[in-house]
Amino acid sequence: MRSVTAASGGVAPVAVAKPPSLLRRMWRYKWLYLLALPGFAYFLVFKIVPMWGLVLAFMDYNPYAKLWDSEWIGLKNFQDLFVGEKFYIMLRNTLAINILALIFMFPVPILLALMLNEVRHEIFKRINQSIVYLPHFLSWVVVASLTFFLLSADIGVVNKILVSLGYESKTFLTNPDYFWFIITVQNIWKEAGWGTIIFLAALASVDPQLYEAAVMDGASRFRQIWHITLPAIRSTIIVLLILRLGNMADVGFEQILLMMNPLVISVAEVFDTYAYNVGILRGQITFGVAVGMFKGVVGLVLVLISNYIVKRMGHDGIY
Amino acid sequence: MSFVSTKRMTLFDYVNYTLLGLFSLLCVLPFIYVFSVSFTDPQAYVPFKFYFFPEKWSLAAYEYVLSTNAYINALKSTVFITVVGTAIGIAVSFTFAYALTKKFLPGRNFMLGIVIFALLFHAGILPNYLLVKEFGLLNSHWSLIWMGLTNSWSMILIKSFLDSLPAELEDAAKIDGCTDFSVFWRIIIPLSMPAIAAFTLFFAVQHWNTYFNALIYLSDSSKWTLQVFVKSLVIDSDSNSQIVGADSWLVPQETIRMASIILAMAPILVVYPFLQKYFAKGVMLGSIKG
Repeated sequence: MRSVTAASGGVAPVAVAKPPSLLRRMWRYKWLYLLALPGFAYFLVFKIVPMWGLVLAFMDYNPYAKLWDSEWIGLKNFQDLFVGEKFYIMLRNTLAINILALIFMFPVPILLALMLNEVRHEIFKRINQSIVYLPHFLSWVVVASLTFFLLSADIGVVNKILVSLGYESKTFLTNPDYFWFIITVQNIWKEAGWGTIIFLAALASVDPQLYEAAVMDGASRFRQIWHITLPAIRSTIIVLLILRLGNMADVGFEQILLMMNPLVISVAEVFDTYAYNVGILRGQITFGVAVGMFKGVVGLVLVLISNYIVKRMGHDGIY
Repeated sequence: MSFVSTKRMTLFDYVNYTLLGLFSLLCVLPFIYVFSVSFTDPQAYVPFKFYFFPEKWSLAAYEYVLSTNAYINALKSTVFITVVGTAIGIAVSFTFAYALTKKFLPGRNFMLGIVIFALLFHAGILPNYLLVKEFGLLNSHWSLIWMGLTNSWSMILIKSFLDSLPAELEDAAKIDGCTDFSVFWRIIIPLSMPAIAAFTLFFAVQHWNTYFNALIYLSDSSKWTLQVFVKSLVIDSDSNSQIVGADSWLVPQETIRMASIILAMAPILVVYPFLQKYFAKGVMLGSIKG
């Protein structure tokens, strides 16, 4: 079919054996390029061009000169970042929040999917799915607001209950001891239900005859789950776990920013919030760029490693 | 079939149903509370009391919020950003993704490489902020539209959906003399309707819910979006986030604060039950490898 188009494209008679020139080939696909153009231009301008801004990380910020005329100072911004006490606090907070998510958040969607898979009434299953998916579609502003109504010292429901039982009301939101816990629970509440989808899809392809055979052999429900259901989603679990490890540099930035207050800053500050505070609120732009760039590079390395491992295991990576 | 018909509930099932029910209850309880308080008569509202349903119904809180200019402005801004951003985002994403499915297209690998690079590496908050500033988009709603238009992950999902469409129809249309553009318009678009529906919803929810971009790009409070408005009304006015000795400005009544939350998520709550199946399908589009 392609040769038909080429011949009708007006190539000289002698050129039948000669491959068409690159330009001619590209002209033949002009409509495809036209379709690609807006999207490609968008990615270039809004995703790639900002990366020029990273050169600022190697400059000193001078509020009296033009930003791009600032003086080159090599790696000094990064040195300042690494020697500061703040760096280790941010590193610790990022790791702590991610490790808590890995231990408490990661298994929840798997458990929920296994439980939903065991439900025998289609209607009960569907209603449950609808309800547990819902929080995923709410903004972090709404989730944070709901948390305030739950935990705030003066209007929080939990404190209302504590007071009505004769206890003192507690300051959950300004106490550093509770911060990571609250972040983890919020994450589970918002995303655990939604996270079941990928496992439920994998489970939908399990052959029902396997369960029938297991029932014949007298296998209990737990043994059926252990020997049939879990193996069906094992590779999905492993891939998601490795990809999750590749995201260890990331924390829910909007979430942290919304839940942060001056009293919990020591457990809440992460690289993104710091870049925002320093770069935009305090105007030390070049240092803020350096903070963001450090996080971006670490994130890139982690994702590349995790994707490499996933591919080595014979699965599809993220690209 | 014998397996399906054994609907006899065992202890296992009862425990399972109870636990699932509890989890669902945890998901909806906060809504019920906020919903109930927002409809409670402000005069009848007792601060230290838990409400499952309004004891005395009242629309006062909603009447108040809906009558404020700040809310109406924020709603208008948010609707504008959501509608325009979603429409452009869908158009740009599907056309680009379609071109990316053509492996023979010279330069296709380079274009795909750009998309993947953008997925793996982010320049960060400040470079984006500076870009918006250089373009003169600070305090313009277009900053939010452009910065949230589409993303690499959606591009990859849409591309793998388009990859899964049967090639025969396209080939037949080509033989009939269709250009690549009319193939896209007359064949690919109609076949992609489920994916277009799903991503329209995803993009719309994302624009509707955006908070941080609105916070940094829109400093002028008359341009605020709903999320920033709700945040300032609900969270900033809470004593927890005020430093001791903060100015004694009026703390909005709880009923008003809760009504504003309900209004901020109302569109999602309203369309969600009807469109839920598209959401769930959309996520799995990428897993269909052609």
